[in-house]
Parts: sequence; structure tokens; C-alpha cells
Amino acid sequence: MKKKDVLVLEELLGSNKKIASQIREKLEQRGILTANFLGSPGSGKTSLLEKIAERMKPGFKMAVIEGDIETERDAERIRAKGIPAWQIVTGGACHLEAKMVGKIFSELPEGLDFLFIENVGNLVCPASYDLGERIRCVLLSAPEGDDKPKKYPKAFTTSNCLIITKSDLIPVLPFNLEQAQKEALEVNPKLEIFVTSALKGSGMDELVGFFLSSLHDLRQKNA
Amino acid sequence: MHELSIVANLFEILEEKAKEKKAKKIVSVKLRVGKLSGVVPEFLITAFDIYKKETIASKARLKIEGVPLKIQCLRCGAEMIKDDFVFICSSCGSTELKTLSGTELLLERIEMEV
Repeated sequence: MKKKDVLVLEELLGSNKKIASQIREKLEQRGILTANFLGSPGSGKTSLLEKIAERMKPGFKMAVIEGDIETERDAERIRAKGIPAWQIVTGGACHLEAKMVGKIFSELPEGLDFLFIENVGNLVCPASYDLGERIRCVLLSAPEGDDKPKKYPKAFTTSNCLIITKSDLIPVLPFNLEQAQKEALEVNPKLEIFVTSALKGSGMDELVGFFLSSLHDLRQKNA
Repeated sequence: MHELSIVANLFEILEEKAKEKKAKKIVSVKLRVGKLSGVVPEFLITAFDIYKKETIASKARLKIEGVPLKIQCLRCGAEMIKDDFVFICSSCGSTELKTLSGTELLLERIEMEV
């Protein structure tokens, strides 16, 4: 018996990364802006998507992929707004992977402008998986507390955009908005920050405007 | 807790490499895990020990080298280790930084019996 030491230097998530790059390339070629929403369970991801659907400018078409451990409920909520939605039921897995998104790719309608992916509610695991998105948004709801960016750095360092949700509750919570924004920017100085309330509607127009201008940037790049 | 799916990916690579090198068994596996890789080394070891049963690596040991988060300032050139995840240059305050290491999740080497 001979011992052999084999140098490999291979990324463990290399196969996911490869699929994600292929998805990104195809989506961007079609001029579809894709955003991956990360956030804890109950941070308001689905409610935010419902409001985005309501406020989307006429003439723009969006679709949603919902990731959950169980049930079709979130996709049903989105469909009720007249938006095509696919539900990925992970059956226990705590995150979405690129290959799951890849399976839906061929079903996406023609003429789509936006594809929003709602990841499984979890501020840890989804951060490690590229899904082929152009924009990653991390949600932080006010009731969760202002200390989350430092506690869950990976979700914040890998995102382009931070959406603070349920901001209408801030007056009755010990949530320091300035502190939350400061710590988020320390972890990732390039974060675009939106302070929103899906319930009251504040900050929603700015957020939809951000997606529209990101779509414009993508199409400019393609032109 | 996505460590189990990562270990499943690891075993795909291990089995492929073992076949390629015609290994009889895998003795040890060495990973490099960055501070900002998003995984917990202890959980990787637990998941590895569960997963390895009845595989070519059933007796293998998983070794993990932790890699600190190292960044370089693009303005003043200073290199620094950031344990606090604050992406601001400690010497000049710039936020134009490059990550040199600490995000990796890498299979470095495999020790096999052939």
C-alpha cells in the first residue's frame, strides 16, 4: 500500500458557482434584472414583494421564485397579485441553490423585465449560494434589532442593497436606525440602504426606483 | 446549517478524485476555510463524520485550516486582518478595499492509499 498526497485546490461550492454564472449570463442576455432576497423568517420578504408588484410601473413585467422549506403559500400570495410565481419547496434544506433556479429557467415567460427570488428565510446559509442574481438584497426588519449586520456579516458583505423593513414600528421599538445603518455600512461600505414599510408604503417608491434604474443599467450594458 | 450540503459537494469531488487516482482509500482530507466563508468548521467535521460511513473515506480524518479575513487598502496599500468585519482601512479610513483572503471554502489536498 502506497500513500499519495494529492493537491486539489478546488472550491467546494464550485459547481454551484458554475451553474450560477451560466444562469446569470442567460438572464442578463435576455435583459432580465434578477434580485435575490435574503432575510430571516418573518422579516417581510413576501409582503415586500407584494408591494413591489402593486407599485411596479405599468408596462414592466415581473416574476417571482419563492423558496420555502414547506408549503406553496408564498407563491399563492404573489399569484393573487397577478404575478407569475414558482414555488421551490426545499423539503428541509435551509437555502436555495443555483440548480433549483436553473430548473425553472425554461418556464420563464417572454418579455420579462424582473425576476425576484425570495430565498428560504434564513440570514446565514443562503449567503453562501450564488443563484445567478445581479443584485442581492438583504432584509432587516426593525423588530429583529439593529445589531444584525455585525452578527451575520456574510449576508451583509455579499449584498448590494439593504432593505430595512417594518420601519413603521421603529417608534415603539428599541431599534436605533442610525446605528443599524452605520454598522451595515461598516460591514459593507457599498450597500445601498432603503428604509421601508410595506404596511404604510414609505420607502417603496424609492425601492422600486432602484430596481428600475438597475434594469436600465443592465440594458445599457447590453446595448 | 448548510454544512451537510457542503459536505455532500465535498464527497462528490473526493469520489471523483479517488477514482481518477485509483485510490483504495482516503486517509485524510484538508480544507481551507475562510473566516468569512459562512460555514462553521466544527459543524463541517460533524457532518463529515456522519457522511463518510460506507464511503471510500470511512476512516478518513478531516483537517481544517482556518484562514483569517485579510484585506488590502487600495488607497494607502496597507494590509490588515479584520476580525471585526469592519471594511474600513485601519490606517487611512478608506473604504476602497480588496479582499485578499478569508472568503474561501477550498479543498486543498487529499491523502490517499493507492
